[in-house]
Amino acid sequence: MSEPKNPENAVDVAGTGASELDRFPDPGMHEHKLRMADKDPKAAKRAEAQVVILFVISIVGTIGMLIAYFAIRPEGTTASVRNANLALGLGMFFALMGIGLAAVHWAKTLMSDHEKSEDRHAQRSADDVREAAVAVLKEGAADSGIARRPVLQGAVVTALALFPLTIVVPLISSVGGDWDISKFKHTIWKPGTRLAIDPTGRLIKASDLTIGSVVHVIPDVPAEERRSHHWIAEKAKAIVLLVRLDPAILKETEERKSWSYDGIVAYSKICTHVGCPVALYEQQTHHLLCPCHQSTFDVADGAKVVFGPAKRPLPQLPIMVDDEGYLVAQDDFDEPVGPSYWERLK
Amino acid sequence: MKALAARRHHRFTPVVLLLLALLVTGGLYAALAPTSASADTAATDDIAAGEKLFLANCATCHGVNAEGRDEVPSLIGVGSAAVNFQVGTGRMPMAMNGPQAEAKPAQFDAKQTSQLAAYVASLGPGPSTPTAEQVDPALGDPSMGAQIFRTNCAMCHNAVGAGGALSEGKFAPALTDTTPTHIYEAMLTGPQSMPVFNDATITPEEKRDVIAYLVEQREGSAGGLDLGGIGPVSEGLWIWIVGIGSLIGCAVWIGAKSS
Repeated sequence: MSEPKNPENAVDVAGTGASELDRFPDPGMHEHKLRMADKDPKAAKRAEAQVVILFVISIVGTIGMLIAYFAIRPEGTTASVRNANLALGLGMFFALMGIGLAAVHWAKTLMSDHEKSEDRHAQRSADDVREAAVAVLKEGAADSGIARRPVLQGAVVTALALFPLTIVVPLISSVGGDWDISKFKHTIWKPGTRLAIDPTGRLIKASDLTIGSVVHVIPDVPAEERRSHHWIAEKAKAIVLLVRLDPAILKETEERKSWSYDGIVAYSKICTHVGCPVALYEQQTHHLLCPCHQSTFDVADGAKVVFGPAKRPLPQLPIMVDDEGYLVAQDDFDEPVGPSYWERLK
Repeated sequence: MKALAARRHHRFTPVVLLLLALLVTGGLYAALAPTSASADTAATDDIAAGEKLFLANCATCHGVNAEGRDEVPSLIGVGSAAVNFQVGTGRMPMAMNGPQAEAKPAQFDAKQTSQLAAYVASLGPGPSTPTAEQVDPALGDPSMGAQIFRTNCAMCHNAVGAGGALSEGKFAPALTDTTPTHIYEAMLTGPQSMPVFNDATITPEEKRDVIAYLVEQREGSAGGLDLGGIGPVSEGLWIWIVGIGSLIGCAVWIGAKSS
């Protein structure tokens, strides 16, 4: 057990007795220690009483839960639902926890704790058993005649090889059923689509917006389309944040001068980093924050990135005012919205 | 009629008509004028008292004519709603410069606040303080309010109004103790970092729905402890420390030999 004092000896052990080294010496049983309850009948009695008390706690918990179920009914208010849940939960907690604690305490203090060992049997079967098994297999193969019936051989291999297609083909075709990535490049904004307020669908007039106003915008589509199955996917791409700024602080490039209307600008609400909805707007700094990774965009300056992991400005939706004074889109976004993907600029 | 028509060219006709007109004008004035005259004086008194309070407490930063300067906004046209919110929540007068003016015990009582509001409202037209009916949560629809709140407010103020962080030390305050009137005024005026939600973008009825939703959240969660409602941080802390801690405790207890 102690470290060998003689280094030569150690080298000897390592060199000659490799197979012995692999074996871990059997440490044998630890010395059995008697517990309080084994030595002292009073302690045993005490432990028994503790186990009984734990079971009684469980019984009381069950009865309490049943009483609570009939006595405390949720009346429809938040507080009454909370109280009813709390009473039921506490009753169940004591009912089950009492049984669990009692069982563990019982086993630890009163049940026999004498260590017993049972040796494992060898994994390798005896030689005659192995030979008999091989003989049976060979006899079976010869009996089936597969070696001398090549057509049958081919048929069984083909059948087994083809069967997995019944799983693989539907799986692959439903995963990759739609390889049309052009849909990522467009949203349902079209020239003349009116801007509407999310979630009510009310239309927006330019005169409705005071400086500092923010509106969360969806394209104006018929109400029945907003209830349709594909709407949520279209909305997820098309959502827009509309802000009215003091025209004096708005910095605009020459080609985008006509994209805003009297200080009103509209930007895609989908972060160019990984696509979270960018919606935390600070009115005084005119910064727009993404809640996921704190990318910050300056709405007064083309929504360019001023902080955070996003690499591109938010796409701008060109807007104008129609004959009736409503805000409408001039066109779709001129670039794909949201995070980058391989074919983005192809 | 014929007798009247016959005398319309009488030489005293203009005199009689003039007398009649004077009588009607005087009568109408006597009937209508007194009430409006006294209301005007009360309002004028409020404005005058408000101006004194303004010059003593606000003019240092906002200027004697409330014109504002570099970093200090002008108060012309902000309306009584902005004053009632900023002064009523104690944000104004500011105690010190910081990332944002924080709510603290109000320095002025309700009467002084309304006098200040009357003075600032007299400087230019702006949004005015809502009526009690406009902010009564019992009249709002909490379910509609939840939709409006989710779309417009929850990204900063948290889904149940527990507040959240903004950039550079600024934060969106918790709405758990804000009065319905102050919630309404904040939406209407857009104080500090908050954008403006005027009556066209969120209608007065929708504002009341939002208030109804927020007031309903004050009853707490039906599921028990809401742990502040601030999401995965407090919930994770609870489950990792209390939950996994007690599981480890149980495992150690089960594995330990009895003494």
